[in-house]
Amino acid sequence: MLELELDGQKLSVPEGSTVIEAAHRAGVYIPHFCYHKKLSIAANCRMCLVQVEKAPKPLPACATPVTNGMKVFTHSDLAVKAQKSVMEFLLINHPLDCPICDQGGECQLQDLAVGYGDGASRYEEDKRVVPNKDLGSLIATDMTRCINCTRCVRFTQEIAGLMELGQAFRGDRAEIMSFVGKTVDSELSGNIIDLCPVGALTSKPFRYTARTWELARRKSVSPHDGLGSNLIVQVKHDRVMRVLPLENEQVNECWLSDKERFSYEALNSAERLTKPMVKQDGRWQEVDWNVALDYTSHALRDVAKNHGAAAIGALVSPHATLEEMALAAKLMRGLGCENIDFRLRQSDFSADGHRRGTPWLGMKVAELSGLDRVPAVARVLIVGSFLRKDHPLLAQRLRQAAKKGMQISVIHSADDDLLVDLTARAVAAPSRLPELLAQVVKAVAEQKGAAADPSLEKVGAGDTAKKIAASLVSGTNTAILLGNFAQQHPRAATLNALAQQLAGLLGSKFGFLGEAANSVGGYVAGAVPAGEGMNAAAMLTDPRKVYLLLGAEPELDCADGAAALAAMQQASSVIVLSPFKSQAALDYADVLLPVSPFSETSGTFINTEGRVQSFHAVAKPRGEARPAWKVLRVLGNLLELGGFGYDSSEQVRDELLGGKPEFVSGLDNGVEGVAIELPSAAGMERVADVPIHFSDPLVRRAPSLQRTADAVAPAARMNAAMLAKLGVAAGDIVKVGVTEGNPRGTGGTATLQAELDAGVPDNCVRIAAAHASTASLGAMFANVTVEKA
Amino acid sequence: MALLEAINPLLSAGWQKGGHEWRLENDTGWRLKDYEARGGYQSLKKILAGKMSPDDVINEVKKSVLRGRGGAGFPTGLKWSFMPKAAPEKYIVCNTDEGEPGTFKDRDIQRFDPHAIIEGMIIAAYAVGAGRGYNYIHGEIYELYQRFEQALDEARAAGYLGQNILGAGFDFELFAHHGWGAYICGEESALLESIEGKKGQPRFKPPFPANVGLYGKPTTINNTESFASIPFIFRIGGESFLDLGKPNNGGTKLYSVSGHVNRPGNFEVPMGTPFARLLEMAGGMRGGRKLKAVIPGGSSAPVLPADVMMDCTMDYDSIAKAGSMLGSGAVIVMDETTCMVKALERLSYFYYEESCGQCTPCREGTGWMYKVIHRIEHGEGRPEDLALLDRLTINIMGRTICALGDAASMPVQSFVKHFRNEFEYHIENKKCLVPPDVQRAGSSFFTRNMGQA
Repeated sequence: MLELELDGQKLSVPEGSTVIEAAHRAGVYIPHFCYHKKLSIAANCRMCLVQVEKAPKPLPACATPVTNGMKVFTHSDLAVKAQKSVMEFLLINHPLDCPICDQGGECQLQDLAVGYGDGASRYEEDKRVVPNKDLGSLIATDMTRCINCTRCVRFTQEIAGLMELGQAFRGDRAEIMSFVGKTVDSELSGNIIDLCPVGALTSKPFRYTARTWELARRKSVSPHDGLGSNLIVQVKHDRVMRVLPLENEQVNECWLSDKERFSYEALNSAERLTKPMVKQDGRWQEVDWNVALDYTSHALRDVAKNHGAAAIGALVSPHATLEEMALAAKLMRGLGCENIDFRLRQSDFSADGHRRGTPWLGMKVAELSGLDRVPAVARVLIVGSFLRKDHPLLAQRLRQAAKKGMQISVIHSADDDLLVDLTARAVAAPSRLPELLAQVVKAVAEQKGAAADPSLEKVGAGDTAKKIAASLVSGTNTAILLGNFAQQHPRAATLNALAQQLAGLLGSKFGFLGEAANSVGGYVAGAVPAGEGMNAAAMLTDPRKVYLLLGAEPELDCADGAAALAAMQQASSVIVLSPFKSQAALDYADVLLPVSPFSETSGTFINTEGRVQSFHAVAKPRGEARPAWKVLRVLGNLLELGGFGYDSSEQVRDELLGGKPEFVSGLDNGVEGVAIELPSAAGMERVADVPIHFSDPLVRRAPSLQRTADAVAPAARMNAAMLAKLGVAAGDIVKVGVTEGNPRGTGGTATLQAELDAGVPDNCVRIAAAHASTASLGAMFANVTVEKA
Repeated sequence: MALLEAINPLLSAGWQKGGHEWRLENDTGWRLKDYEARGGYQSLKKILAGKMSPDDVINEVKKSVLRGRGGAGFPTGLKWSFMPKAAPEKYIVCNTDEGEPGTFKDRDIQRFDPHAIIEGMIIAAYAVGAGRGYNYIHGEIYELYQRFEQALDEARAAGYLGQNILGAGFDFELFAHHGWGAYICGEESALLESIEGKKGQPRFKPPFPANVGLYGKPTTINNTESFASIPFIFRIGGESFLDLGKPNNGGTKLYSVSGHVNRPGNFEVPMGTPFARLLEMAGGMRGGRKLKAVIPGGSSAPVLPADVMMDCTMDYDSIAKAGSMLGSGAVIVMDETTCMVKALERLSYFYYEESCGQCTPCREGTGWMYKVIHRIEHGEGRPEDLALLDRLTINIMGRTICALGDAASMPVQSFVKHFRNEFEYHIENKKCLVPPDVQRAGSSFFTRNMGQA
């Protein structure tokens, strides 16, 4: 610890602290622009100049290390004069167009100019003008306002992992710009809007729509990936105008992915379902709630009576709240039906009944980033994950840890650039993933001199597996993470069992990167079948008479969109609880019940580390939409099921969790008695990713996100050898068909553009799922044929 | 010309004696064989053969009191001793990014004596334990960059560079790197950024390059002339080198004399030589006109009026005492035909143009200063402008990441201080105190091109 005196206050701070950090500890504010705790020190704005005893010149507090016995004066005459002179310089070329600037009211320059600026400027020359830049559909630019603090530049390079912005030119001609003709395409790009201390970078969708002081700031939780980022939702007249990060060092730090930040646009979409609707004689009619609920309860009761309750199937979105899931499960079970599932994109359910507990991350999120461990001895193996797009902020945490020495290896069916230095990577066709993981298990066993599981007797470790194993064995703090792709894999249970073996050999942790906001909550709420109940896949291969859809759009959200669509179409009745009105639902549904999205209901998401995060509604439900938990409560009462007398969603949660614990209990990734199956590769396999901006009903309807580079229409991506083998050139239109013998055999064809992607393994074609143009292809994991159209 | 005989035979011998034009046409002595004929590489051989330890080498340089020839005048031996001994990977970098207006000495060393730089760098690398070196050469002397590459080839072929140099078990690789002409890349940390392939912008210090330098490794950066002076130090011994000059100002130094003199050029003289003598060597004032002012150490050094300058000797301490800096030794001589407002306007434009744009006071302040001076020169000055300029220099100086802010401010402060009457005259009368025809008479641009010689 170092002792210093700051403005007369005695302080003791850890070695290596800077003056600004010491001041922060003491609660003393030092004005600054370029300094940001998560970014490298630039010391270029000079706003934080302070007086240090014995130093002849004022020193920048952000870059000056504390030394023992140092005396710092942050508000002395010398310091304030220096700060004021910097402010004068900052303002001479700043347009001072606050009245028309979106940053007005939340602008650091504006705020500090009040304290450190003069009433009038001595600068009477012409001001500099800087042309604006096209950074894409999310970020608006007014570069004349830029004060060249380079926070945005450092963010893209250090946090997002790819330098997409830079400072060109010299002196007062300096400009922040992207590479010529390029936009900023990072999945984390929106954070530079928050980082920009002036109005140079502002939110394009939010632009000119409201002033910050007109907006209510309400806390919420992101409904997208399993991280459960904490949000501040800004609302005006019950309309969500903007989403900002709520800082939580344990979860999202101070960041948000673009998906989390901009998906709010969908909340105000024209596709919102605002009135209950019932289809009568093939025509949709808007009806009152009591009519719709009456119709629904009769439909459920009739089918249960005439065909048995097992004729009903409930598909619940993994983005639904804990309370909604719990009440849907209670409703189904009340009817005597076990057919309920939220694991819509999963295809292998053979671990069900063999699980020791609820699958989860296997550790705290914060542990991932090396906060709680020494990164230099930390080792991570990521199996089957489009990490950057599936979990942008977890990828960011691993990126920072990798910079400090954490070794990261990957086993996957695509070689997407994680913008992390990888120690080793094994990329192969999807069917080969279990074999590759088994090789690593074998290699670790050999290197540790331990016995591998007898089921792996025939497995021989290749060089890459040995390299991955060597990295894992060399660390003292290791984790094996199974990504979305591994969870959706047809041998997901095998991968789970292998990861468990590997963790056992290494004494490490292993877990699942939760795909959706409530991937853990679904298990906790009991939204999974028990006993003879049907899982999400079985309900589609063996179609039901009546389906209850809670927030799900099966044609896009299920592992096999084509099978799901066929199942919906053959059903005698489909009851949809959704915030949105989709064409597909209008075709196959009989009742559309408008329910609230996350912003208009209270509820709880349990994130991938088991953290219980409850939130309140930030706005009134639109139109006649109602929180789904209330709709389910009324349905339960109409069906006279008993036990639906809840007054609040908190009651539902408290009943389920026994209060509001910080973390849920019963988390365990272990499986017992799961047979290890190591299939051999055959034929041409599809590698299906779920693109970041297609992954759930909300984000699919956010127009600005749909205009980003991440939202391009799916193509048939293959490596050069595959293209040559098929006689196809990049850019050609190809016809993709599903080979016969596909497990669920309902696949159709799709016509796509062929693209070159060197990261796709041999004998594979990468075709994104969750998109209308590829839904007809059916199962995400399938053998396909590709031919020139 | 007794003084000329005392000078360093390894540095400017063979090219100092003639006039400027003579030298350009007779630059054939730069090859390895010529350098060796002048006694080149003997110092290196002596060090390696005599098993002088790196510490001995550093001590000898310390004894010579060789002070950095790039401008700051920091003792070279002391700088070398800052290099951490244990670090496995270290770099040595030569700063030939000679961009200071008025300075052209490194260019001539590069042109006439590239091997003196190479030998000096090898000795330095040996002393600090560096395995690799770079010579960063100013972008505007590309042909000399090419020549340096040839000189490197010669040195490699002769076994002075590479593995096991002269059989002494010492390895050193040296490379040339040419910049693109940005003044800021002469700032040592910006230079390192530029070698690394980044935009040339100074780094915040600390850490200093001796700890975190090129590619994050300990690095020593010296000026071209500093390196080129090293071989001579080991020929005559550190103390003898010091004795050539005066206490605390060791050795000889090259001065680039430009401006209103009859024979502008580089002159190597011992430290402590009177300015009057240097002026005499440069052929005296052109047209016999009266000396008005001198910038003694490159454009960023404060200007000194004639009477002050005539009392100075050419060394770090004397010039500093007079209120300026010896800097890089670029002596810009101005006679009575000079309009000081116009001269300052041109200087300010340079700093405005060359500010890297990284930190606020310099990025914004250099442009502001230039615009105000430009206004004064063009008859649009206001009475409050001089106070404003003074205030701006105070607000820039000492508040920036590197010294460019100070460099831009010092000329403004000193010009206004010493020649305030000219600035006031400009503001009041909207015209120059020195009549235009007088200004033209002193300008070789006009006298040559207008045929008014």
